[in-house]
Amino acid sequence: MTREIAVVAFAQTDHRRTTEELSEVEMLMPVLHDVLDQTGLKTADIDFTCSGSSDYLAGRAFSFTLALDGVGAWPPISESHVEMDGAWALYEAWTKLLTGDADTALVYAYGKSSPGSVRDVLTRQLDPYYVAPLWPDSVALAALQAQALIDAGHTDEPELAAVASRSRADATANSHAQLRGSIPQGDYLVRPLRTGDCPPIGDGAAAVILAAGERARELCTRPAWIRGIDHRIEAHSLGVRDLTDSPSTRLAAEKAGAFERPVDTAELHAPFTSQEVVLRKALGLDDTVRVNPSGGALAANPMMAAGLIRIGEAAARIHRAESDRALAHATSGPCLQQNLVAVLEGDPR
Amino acid sequence: MPEVLKAPLVVEFPFTRSLGPVQSAFLTGLRERVVLGVKTTDGRTLVPPVEYDPVTAEEIRDLVEVAPTGTVTTWAWNHAPRRGQPLDTPFAWVLVRMDGADTALLHALDAPGPDAVHTGMRVRVRWAEERSGAITDIACFEPYDGDPAEPTGHSGEFEAPITGIVAPARLDYTYSPGRAQTAYINALSARRAVGERCPSCRKVYVPPRGACPTCGVATSEQVEVGPRGTVTTFCIVNIKAKNLDIEVPYVYAHIALDGADLAQHGRIGGIPYDQVRMGLRVEPVWTEGARFPDHYRPTGEPDAEYDTYKELL
Ligand SMILES: [Zn+2]
Repeated sequence: MTREIAVVAFAQTDHRRTTEELSEVEMLMPVLHDVLDQTGLKTADIDFTCSGSSDYLAGRAFSFTLALDGVGAWPPISESHVEMDGAWALYEAWTKLLTGDADTALVYAYGKSSPGSVRDVLTRQLDPYYVAPLWPDSVALAALQAQALIDAGHTDEPELAAVASRSRADATANSHAQLRGSIPQGDYLVRPLRTGDCPPIGDGAAAVILAAGERARELCTRPAWIRGIDHRIEAHSLGVRDLTDSPSTRLAAEKAGAFERPVDTAELHAPFTSQEVVLRKALGLDDTVRVNPSGGALAANPMMAAGLIRIGEAAARIHRAESDRALAHATSGPCLQQNLVAVLEGDPR
Repeated sequence: MPEVLKAPLVVEFPFTRSLGPVQSAFLTGLRERVVLGVKTTDGRTLVPPVEYDPVTAEEIRDLVEVAPTGTVTTWAWNHAPRRGQPLDTPFAWVLVRMDGADTALLHALDAPGPDAVHTGMRVRVRWAEERSGAITDIACFEPYDGDPAEPTGHSGEFEAPITGIVAPARLDYTYSPGRAQTAYINALSARRAVGERCPSCRKVYVPPRGACPTCGVATSEQVEVGPRGTVTTFCIVNIKAKNLDIEVPYVYAHIALDGADLAQHGRIGGIPYDQVRMGLRVEPVWTEGARFPDHYRPTGEPDAEYDTYKELL
């Protein structure tokens, strides 16, 4: 790698069940201004802008073009969009900076789940021939994975409940989180998953600024250097995969250099408690690693932004000198189908 | 802040999808109550079958029949079925490895309750009464305590194979336009056009979207514009739109309302279509009970000078 690239700023909204009083751009704009203010950059100083969102969530065609109003896209800027979580937009921005075409990048993501029914909306991402016509919702698919883990002896309901309560307890220190404190495990939503095993449904947005080399040091006192980042995908047919493991996460982590030295912190994008069990095993995380100090996706899961937020939270801990080497993970698709792993480090203290 | 406007929004579409040879054989087979898999180069049998090997990406075409019976590999109890799902009474989602297959198929299992379901249980296909060549030709699975059913040795060749599917989809939303557009729509229903001014470049946007696309900052200062305006450019529509009761040809124009820095569009009436011109001064015409102007008509004022609207083209 020829260029060092770092996350130099991160901001997120307060994630809420609904932001119906705001349009998407009205919800997004404050976080864009926040990261610009943190770095002192103006729109014109940003070399590349990349975003992640999905029109299916709010049912608004081309909503990402309207969101660009919040960036100040005139005169024309260098810009791109992925119909994926913003973590993949960050990946695209990272490659753009690697080429040397850009020194700074603004990455943002937003999702409004409140206008629709996200469990049903997510069925539209599935195999349209064999699976989508059955409308298996996102909780049902996660529940199939959870039962497979229980049958294999990898976890049980009390352990899943412990993941839920630890996440929401940690989220008490995160003012942006949607679910905090003592949350009952509740009834089965789709057995074996209870309401407490599932993420809150809500609206939110996040933004990150990347910068290369000396520019990063000018913009941030302790940049979170991206030492490696990689993403891998598994077969789309659920019945082909071993749902109790995540070989794509393990491979992405290996390619990102995660196993070269231990990390002290891991921000895992595990919307369901059972998925944290899979990810911990795939990444070989033991009890010395602080997992999801933010509360993770079980505390706030704004679709399309929750993965980018994992990278942002990991970077922010490095900025605050609470971590020296952190792993951030993002996922996309049913049952951890596609996974991205980034390894972030701060300069020696 | 006034109450947020909301309206139901239904997005509904039939997806028409063509099938590859393996998918066509599998779905046609379901129509004929035959379950087909496909062999990978390393000898595994995939059910449901795919066109390309999920490991090597090689094209795979070697169809093989499997039994309509199988074993549950994992399950999840769904006590509250949702719209479009295979059963409308509580059921188990299951992954089923058909007898003769190495991979599992997702479907529903009709069972009396979660206590009657376990991984490893034996099940068989319950065929739908009417079958068209779709995954829903399997109505669901049901518990089964017999031996594996014997495949008939079907070749995978069918009379009149299906070549495509139509998959209907419907999603329901509640649309709310956000702060700026709510204020605009509320003012418009009182026959006032109210835009918002950018605090930085001072431009007035009508309708406002809440942000200045040039400056990337929030707009908030409300500015009433119009009601009169200037035609900045226009086109003549010669094709009658479906369900639209307007005689063709008619003129559709960009109209810069007085005080606005962005033109909006509207129909021009009250003047022969071939006399509409850039710079024409117009005013809105309202019909009883309408929430927006029906069209715009000439005011009779002299045309606006080109220099007054050239930045708004
Ligand atoms: Zn402006």
